Amino acid sequence: MLKITGLEKTFANGTPNRHTALCGLDLTLQDGDFVTVLGSNGAGKTTLFNAIAGTFFCDRGRIELDGKNITFMPEHKRARMISRIFQDPMKGTAPTLTIEENLALAYARGTGRRLFSPSMTKKDCSRFRELLAALGMGLEDRMTTPIGLLSGGQRQAVTLLMCTMVPPRLLLLDEHTAALDPVTAEKVLALTREIVRRDSITTMMITHNIASALALGNRTIILNHGSVVMDLDAEMRTGLDETELLALYRSACGSGAVSDRTLLTEKNG
Amino acid sequence: MGVYLDSALLGLQYALLALGVTITFRVLNTPDLTVDGSFVTGIAVSGVLTAAGHPVLGLLLSIPAGAAAGCVTGFLQTKAGIHPILSGILTMSGLYTVNITILGGPNLSLLDSRKFFTSALETIPADKTLVKGVILLLICAAVIALLSLFFRTVAGLSIRATGSNEEMVRASSINTDAMKVLGLAISNALVAFSGGLLAQFQGFSDINSGSGMIVIGLASVIIGEVIFGRRSLTLGLISAVAGSVIYRLILAVALQYNFLPANALKLVSAVIVAATLSVPAVKKSLAEHRIKREGSKC
Repeated sequence: MLKITGLEKTFANGTPNRHTALCGLDLTLQDGDFVTVLGSNGAGKTTLFNAIAGTFFCDRGRIELDGKNITFMPEHKRARMISRIFQDPMKGTAPTLTIEENLALAYARGTGRRLFSPSMTKKDCSRFRELLAALGMGLEDRMTTPIGLLSGGQRQAVTLLMCTMVPPRLLLLDEHTAALDPVTAEKVLALTREIVRRDSITTMMITHNIASALALGNRTIILNHGSVVMDLDAEMRTGLDETELLALYRSACGSGAVSDRTLLTEKNG
Repeated sequence: MGVYLDSALLGLQYALLALGVTITFRVLNTPDLTVDGSFVTGIAVSGVLTAAGHPVLGLLLSIPAGAAAGCVTGFLQTKAGIHPILSGILTMSGLYTVNITILGGPNLSLLDSRKFFTSALETIPADKTLVKGVILLLICAAVIALLSLFFRTVAGLSIRATGSNEEMVRASSINTDAMKVLGLAISNALVAFSGGLLAQFQGFSDINSGSGMIVIGLASVIIGEVIFGRRSLTLGLISAVAGSVIYRLILAVALQYNFLPANALKLVSAVIVAATLSVPAVKKSLAEHRIKREGSKC
């Protein structure tokens, strides 16, 4: 269970460029929740992910994962529990290492293998082969290929595998299909859905695609100006179609709750 | 012939330096200038203890001494947030004082002292150069074997990944700072070990023998890569050793036939390194030039 209370983060504090990215954000995820996150650019979605993953410490507030306070835990320690996939397919894998070496690294993370033990055994290798075969991309025959030679979609699929081969307590997906072509994106999304469901991984997924926000997961939240402005649970989502969700999204942040027009209509009305 | 054998022997003494440079330059992906200082640290530790009658201990202690120097640079790079190149320069510069303190003076002759290989030379009835060569080859082979085993462990893989995609490694719950420090420690341990070997084989320790070591190391690595290509890590290690020997042979040829005065060595080495490192850029601009010319034709 992930519990976030009163999270605040201000960048460039004390300068004219001061920017409050998170302001008093509260959010609680139950085990096995798959939450899709919507919000316009600059709403604080990625900042929220950075805060949860520990890229920086927050100014105020508290983050708890499974009842443990992780607010000030360093990034690499949180990474034992939290996996994250970025939009850029180049970010999740080490290009000069082979496919199997990348997988071995991820496997060592999940299993807490000792630093000076061999990074992969024969048994690991055959397991990696099975997992790669399940992707259906023919990568199981290219295990000793440096991963930098793969396409973006292939790399993202391998990243997904690396992030979930030992199921994390929380999976953060930051628009992980946005840089892929439509067909590959579809495939990676299907894989995501399958893996998350199989291991019932608690997941948050940022997306700008209203359709996939509605199609995936059991809950949708909309962020605006650094806080959750709308929280739709499974029940509320079932009746919605894309147009209605888009309308809700618009009303939540699109044309802004405090736009000139709203102010004018309020005055007139 | 003797000149070339001696040069090859010298190349093997510098081979561990090339291995150390491979680790920072190719694996961690940041050239480390500590080398110029830690090489002399090895020379000093090995020299002083050899003069005191403990050649083996001297050789062995040069390893942790170099590792300590690497840790200092690693600390400056990671915890103090100083640019990697500047961190290396700071440690290298500071090490001068440390080295001259260890050595107790600017130089030390070891001609009359027993070296770690003296008893081997006395018991084995073969050509001395040959015996020395075999000893050095065994050392190099052992180091390469150990390193290539190490780079297959979780820690080794993490160091390689840190040089390849640091962000991803941090997201894999690995402390990248620790990995950088570990890599630098291993690299400088090898460099100091190389210095330790050199001091005993040459029979003297000199405080100024470190200058330009980074360029010599880089030249060896690059020459090895030109000949063997960049395929796997183990091959990279072997080619660094071969590169070090070939580098010395090239110098021997140049000196033998008076192509160059002895003082030109450093300049030649620097030119070799600069020229080889610029090959990809030159290739790219040539290719672009060709595309432009052919594109304007039609």
